[in-house]
Amino acid sequence: MTTLLSIAPVVLPVFGALGYATAGWRRATEWLGAACAGGVLAAGIALAAAVTSGQPHVALGGLLRADALSAFMIVVIGAVAVLATAASPGYLGAEIAAGRATARTARRQSVLVQVFLATMAFTVLAANLGVLWVGIEATTIVTAFLVGQRRTRAAVEAAWKYVVICSVGIALAFLGTVLLNFAAAQRPAAGGEGGLDWASLAVSAPELDQGVTRIAVALLIIGFGTKAGLAPLHAWLPDAHGQAPAPVSALMSGVLLSVAFYAVLRVKVISDAALGPGFARALLVVVALASLAVAASLMIAQRDYKRMLAYSSIEHMGLLALGGAVGGRLAMTAVLLHVLGHGLTKAVLFLGSGRLLQVTGSTAIAEVRGLAVREPLLAGAFGFGVLALVGLPPFSLFASELGIARAGFAGGLGWVTAAALLLVVLIGAAMVAHTSRMLLGAPADGPVGGPGAATAVRPSTPARTAVPLLAGLAACAAIGIALGPLGELLRAAATAAGAAP
Amino acid sequence: MLALWRREFAVIIRVFAMQGVALATIVAVLAVHHRDAELGAVAVGILALRAGLLPYVVHRALAGAGEAQRETRPLVNVVTSLLAAAALTLLAYAVAQPVVALAPAPATQAVPVGLAVVLMGFFVLVTRRRAISQVVGFLLMDNGITAVAFLTTAGVPLVVELGVSLDVLFAVLVLQILTTRMRAAFGHTDLDELRELRD
Repeated sequence: MTTLLSIAPVVLPVFGALGYATAGWRRATEWLGAACAGGVLAAGIALAAAVTSGQPHVALGGLLRADALSAFMIVVIGAVAVLATAASPGYLGAEIAAGRATARTARRQSVLVQVFLATMAFTVLAANLGVLWVGIEATTIVTAFLVGQRRTRAAVEAAWKYVVICSVGIALAFLGTVLLNFAAAQRPAAGGEGGLDWASLAVSAPELDQGVTRIAVALLIIGFGTKAGLAPLHAWLPDAHGQAPAPVSALMSGVLLSVAFYAVLRVKVISDAALGPGFARALLVVVALASLAVAASLMIAQRDYKRMLAYSSIEHMGLLALGGAVGGRLAMTAVLLHVLGHGLTKAVLFLGSGRLLQVTGSTAIAEVRGLAVREPLLAGAFGFGVLALVGLPPFSLFASELGIARAGFAGGLGWVTAAALLLVVLIGAAMVAHTSRMLLGAPADGPVGGPGAATAVRPSTPARTAVPLLAGLAACAAIGIALGPLGELLRAAATAAGAAP
Repeated sequence: MLALWRREFAVIIRVFAMQGVALATIVAVLAVHHRDAELGAVAVGILALRAGLLPYVVHRALAGAGEAQRETRPLVNVVTSLLAAAALTLLAYAVAQPVVALAPAPATQAVPVGLAVVLMGFFVLVTRRRAISQVVGFLLMDNGITAVAFLTTAGVPLVVELGVSLDVLFAVLVLQILTTRMRAAFGHTDLDELRELRD
């Protein structure tokens, strides 16, 4: 039964992809994607219930391994995917109506999104470092065409940068994997047999050669950090997230980054056991502060709201890296909660920005004026989303940022945490300022003028677009107020991520 | 090394194919040494993929070009490139110290060479301006990493090796399609023209 549960998150989206490939995008199949995503979420919850109390579950001859951390990531993937795929019918319908998409491109996008979900689920369930690497590189390949879907100069450029930078970063991680395999093979007890299995690597980590492991861990953290949008190899992220269609941006920003960060967490467990906590901590602190500084410097004068959201993703990945550097029970729990909260909020915002683009015809902040008057519902969702993102209560990001900060001050990283908080406040202020310029004030020159011409066609946000936005915000707020059964899962997952029980 | 010197794409691709043959030979020697049939099969697979399929795909991307068959204006001239290659090789030897020290054997002595190939691939990637050169740079990096994998241990587990090969193949195919689209959108593949997106 548990085997079935741990295969389901990979297999269900594959079925979804096959369904779209054969039946195409039509009225009857509109909700197939959301159904598959819902299945992933349900399987994730069931899997979490199964492994939280008991032992990790190994399936397919040791290829897949589900512990509490994997189950938690499946839940995150499922939750964000439900939002993104539930918003897809509305988004694609409007795109087709506007002539920017056809049934053919809609079908291709739906197929690729489902395959994308399957590869992400496969990645977090992988039992060994090599298989995880294969999964992460597969996500790059699948999403390349989603980013470059529109075939404009900007979209092709974004896709090219995305594939080249991410593949190179991931190649570094593979070099790290190879070296770790070598270190494992040279253990006194191993007799020349390498091994990349998480569990056995973590157990045998103290026997690994220090010098080789140090090189390997540095390469792995930089490599997977590339894919997580962490500095120094973050340049692809704003382009790719800015150019991809809204539901895809929501998935990439909401979960793909976290899936790559999950790989960093797994590496950190091995590194802590082999080299002591200092090495990974120093690396992650540097990466975290660099990411926050990059995000802050480019956020202040930002002119494009989709890129603003993308830089905010870099900021939040930096915060996650900071939490990872701190380590310990409080910090790890907060990091995982932050992954979920950020996923939900960012998905809502990117979906909202997709609708915003359809309504206004532009991604420039300056082109959007007085949205609160013209589209109160969309403006409300977007505004509350940004407030959630900058960490105001009752949304869960407040709790998790507070947790990371408290753990940072308690864990001997006081100055680093203080600097990080300063940058976060700066970024938050810039975001709120940009957003309030978009939402408040009088509409520029009537709803029909200039690039706002689309408004006349669709005066208000339809329910099928609005419901996912509101549901995402509500979920984020609910988690912020009470964890409920999620608390147990978070505790178990934090233990799997290296926090002392 | 030669890839830094010559600018004609056709020559670069041939050099890359020869490197694939060399890599397959390493694995074949290992297979005979360990008397391991599975490793022998891997050697044949590597020969087919890296000396046959990948150069073919890159070549096809080139054939569709009908444009300058040379890297016109590399950012760094030939002499500087060769000096940089020497410096990168020294760096590779320095970085690989702990690896060699852990298991001094003829095979691990050669690890710095593999690392040097990785670094040179990276160098090609950042200094060349044509899309195809970047693809070749990426593939050089990958060849170097695979060489390190086989020189240190008898390679990563088979399922991982298979997945990695598939991923690399798909990545190159994706890049090839993107080159075609780039040509359709821009009229050429000069990466300096990629400046629509920036802050």
